[in-house]
Amino acid sequence: MLGALLVVGGLALVFGVMLGFATIYYKVEGDPLADQVDKLLPQTQCGQCTFPGCRPYAEAIAKGEADINQCPPGGEETIKAIADLLGVEPKPLNEEHGEAQDLPLIARIDEQTCIGCTLCIQACPVDCIVGAAKHMHTIIESECTGCKLCLPPCPVDCIEMLPVRVEPGNWKWPYPSAKPIIAIAAAANDEGEEPMPVIRYEDAENNEDTAQREAAES
Amino acid sequence: MTEYLLIIVGTVWVNNFVLSQFLGLCPFMGVSRKLETAMGMGLATTFVLTLSSVTSYLVHSYLLVPLELEYLRTLSFILVIAAIVGFTEMAIRKASPVLYNVLGIYLPLITTNCAVLGVALLNVQESHDFIESALYGMGAALGFTLVMVLFAAIRERLAAADIPAPFQGNAIGLITAGLMALAFMGFSGLVKY
Repeated sequence: MLGALLVVGGLALVFGVMLGFATIYYKVEGDPLADQVDKLLPQTQCGQCTFPGCRPYAEAIAKGEADINQCPPGGEETIKAIADLLGVEPKPLNEEHGEAQDLPLIARIDEQTCIGCTLCIQACPVDCIVGAAKHMHTIIESECTGCKLCLPPCPVDCIEMLPVRVEPGNWKWPYPSAKPIIAIAAAANDEGEEPMPVIRYEDAENNEDTAQREAAES
Repeated sequence: MTEYLLIIVGTVWVNNFVLSQFLGLCPFMGVSRKLETAMGMGLATTFVLTLSSVTSYLVHSYLLVPLELEYLRTLSFILVIAAIVGFTEMAIRKASPVLYNVLGIYLPLITTNCAVLGVALLNVQESHDFIESALYGMGAALGFTLVMVLFAAIRERLAAADIPAPFQGNAIGLITAGLMALAFMGFSGLVKY
């Protein structure tokens, strides 16, 4: 009886000590999964996901507390990348947190109207607005993430969101993919006939490019 | 040498732990939805099975038998397995946090994977020596990994297949497993182990 107790107790003690040392040896610094998710997020720090920035959102995803579809600036691509990383099914963007932006946007301050109130400087999550009290403000375009957080605090509505100008520096070849668009012919339906699916091929990327160029020119 | 080879062949194909002896079905159904996950689970189980097979052999023949405490067999084997699983969990958490998250509850559940305890107990029952125990554990684990990967590959294709509503999900999974078990019956009688 005593021998049995000693044997089991001894075994438990030996394994316990071994596991204790293993815990120290295999100690995980921080949360590596949160790091990996954080890398996939767009780092706009916009807070539209209801978390105070990208890092807290990544930590919440890693813990399983937040859904993966709460990041409007990242859009479909980010959701897909996170889903791949975590091995879950991708899902459509949650509309509660905002609409996905097709075009990358940046803010621009109308410098004639700006009264130098500094309210937008305090709102900017990435510190891309330069200016001082009673002095005109301006935006560092390369730093702006297009999060729109500076719009609500502006008392004179002098900030507008513009699509990113297509310039030799950021122009890229359009993707070769052509997306089939299936449209049901509505006219056929009125006459009580079977709706005819019409398949059109549209080069989405090309259209986006021209739209951007038109918007930039106007 | 031939004998050792026969142990491997026997445990991987002929008396496959999952499909012939129906041990370890919980992770077989649970984590076989994705190929990568199934592979990760297979590797983790391989590690645990081989190590626990050897360790429980050592505990049994150098601790329990000399002290005439064979009736503590199951208890001490569970202790060994739990410790090794705990160690594996820490190692995986450090090496691959993604795999750690994906395997989730199934990782600590390797402790209660009946294949692991089954191998340890069968080693005693068949009075294997040290090398035989190690090979038996490794063969069982390789067999487990093999059917996990095969099954996960089939299930990935099933996910895209047009399956009648009553059979969707686990139902078709179980039917597939049954068909695989039938196919593995083709090996029966090849080797004794």
